[in-house]
Amino acid sequence: MKLPNNRGYFGKFGGKFVPETLEYALRELASAYFKYSKEKSFKQEFAYYLKEYAGRPTPLYYAANLSKMAGLRIYLKREDLLHTGAHKINNALGQILLCRRMGKRRVIAETGAGQHGVAVATVCALFGLQCEVYMGKLDMERQAPNVYRMELLGAKVIPVLSGTQTLKDACSEALRDWVTNVNATYYLIGSTVGPHPYPVMVRDFQSIIGRETKAQIKKKENRLPDYLAACVGGGSNSLGMFYPFFHDKSVKFIGVEAYGNIKQHGASLCKGRVGILHGSKSFVLQDKFGQIEEAYSISAGLDYPGVGPEHAYYKAIKRAQYFAVTDKEALGGFKVLCELEGIIPALESSHAVAQVMKMAGDIKKNSLVVVCLSGRGDKDLDNVMNYQNSHK
Amino acid sequence: MPKIRDLFNQLKQQNKKAFIPYLTYGFPNLGVFEQTVLAIAKTGVDAIEIGMPFSDPIADGPVIQRSSQIALEKGATLPGLLLTLKKLRRKVDAPFILMTYYNPVFYMGDNSFCRKAKGIIDALVVPDLLPEEGRSLNDHCRKYGIDTVFFIAPTTDLGRYGLIDKNSSGFIYYVSVTGTTGSRNKFDGALYKKIAAAKAKVKGPVCVGFGISTHEQVKRFCRVADGVIVGSAIIKFIDENHKQKNFIDKLQRFIVDLKGKEK
Repeated sequence: MKLPNNRGYFGKFGGKFVPETLEYALRELASAYFKYSKEKSFKQEFAYYLKEYAGRPTPLYYAANLSKMAGLRIYLKREDLLHTGAHKINNALGQILLCRRMGKRRVIAETGAGQHGVAVATVCALFGLQCEVYMGKLDMERQAPNVYRMELLGAKVIPVLSGTQTLKDACSEALRDWVTNVNATYYLIGSTVGPHPYPVMVRDFQSIIGRETKAQIKKKENRLPDYLAACVGGGSNSLGMFYPFFHDKSVKFIGVEAYGNIKQHGASLCKGRVGILHGSKSFVLQDKFGQIEEAYSISAGLDYPGVGPEHAYYKAIKRAQYFAVTDKEALGGFKVLCELEGIIPALESSHAVAQVMKMAGDIKKNSLVVVCLSGRGDKDLDNVMNYQNSHK
Repeated sequence: MPKIRDLFNQLKQQNKKAFIPYLTYGFPNLGVFEQTVLAIAKTGVDAIEIGMPFSDPIADGPVIQRSSQIALEKGATLPGLLLTLKKLRRKVDAPFILMTYYNPVFYMGDNSFCRKAKGIIDALVVPDLLPEEGRSLNDHCRKYGIDTVFFIAPTTDLGRYGLIDKNSSGFIYYVSVTGTTGSRNKFDGALYKKIAAAKAKVKGPVCVGFGISTHEQVKRFCRVADGVIVGSAIIKFIDENHKQKNFIDKLQRFIVDLKGKEK
């Protein structure tokens, strides 16, 4: 079975739920993507920028101290060492090469924490393209350094004042911009969400994570891992890690969502219901009348009320297991990695670390586990400090 | 035959065009909303489009976004909308066209929604549903006698006109601009020709909407299309005037000025 099918469905999830105005643009994008991504020159150029500009391959690091504490064999896939500090650059590079081939001169993007916005501003600077990034006003206040980073890189950051003034509203506003300026504009979505072909395209561009991991672990351990663990917001670092192992049935996938403060959270797969948001059908946080609810997490990157349709499919066919980790638990993961390994992880990635620590007693001793360390934590220091001060 | 096609057939015989105002359900609050529907119905409009507010209305500009947010804060829900319209149905002859994003309907279930909306809603418009994704909802609408409306946008290629026509049992909604709802000072000069070309290609009636805010624009579009839909301009008027004395009179005059007096 081909996944997704021609209409962009992973099982019953995905599709294209958009205004008619975007129908043509999505078809144009899909045909450009499926055409160019198969071409040798595209693949070579993408590989070149991933290696020379972004800094791939990233190490697969054996975390000896963490392993000893957990009674497991834990490797960290170091996406945090990439240029701009997170896996987001993989997708931004892939899509910008596509955008150039499509001849579009203006690029728009949405951002929550600002990591994707920074990645897009970076690649637009690199290729001399006009860049406008939509960001909720609340997020702009919470992530001021990233706003400044984007501006340094020549991007215009547009505050979004509607709705909850966070990522979901930035997404809606970017879609409205695209509806208005569709002919000359490339919309560079940052995760495996949105209408077809975005979920498959972003997953493919991020699959470098899993492909490298597979080659590296075979070399180091001469076998495949027992578990892959990654955090899930929209789902791009996790699908990038999981997808190349899809057919390796012995490898178990652990997706970790944000359980926030339990009352409010970002756990769309664990706690949401099937619905339609931002162009695709998947699990969505919504009230009993089908209105989208606000998500919350200490980590801005997991603070989204939807999730990629491919994850919904993995959940439905039980290919992956999904868990939710609270702010407090995630901070535990954050600290343990700082103190035991000398690595300051992003709060997003800390959720995956925390889940592995939680599971450690329940799974077979010395199981081989790979954790996707999707980003570095410098951006989160203020948040961590504030949290610790307010919970003393 | 469902009410909407009847309406357009009648108008055609009389050589008239449809004027369809849009109201956001629950705006500026549930009580005033009901009064505005009754007031507007009395001005002799041909149908009334009612918008179900949604938390993330990606096809709407700032005016309708704002009205939706306010209405949701006042407690607007889809079941509530159906109850209110059921009540208003007894006093209003003009057909009700419901505009809603897909998620609130999907949440209720296509079949369950259509069963509940039967006899209350005459036609359904879902701005984030392409005909390709709308098969299930379309089938259920047919079953319960609700007409469906799909869109043609300036970016739609001719190859899709047939599909859109076939799926639109009510009328075809021609989106006048590449963009979101909200008033425009100017329209693309080639637009009128494009609408005329679309009309020649499809069998169903074609109504134009998005950005229409003056009587001149209404008149201009009525020359090429079967009707017009005016939304944001009315919402803006309600927003600015609903607290004033004589609001209902003013609103009725505003609507009459927009659509023009009967000849």
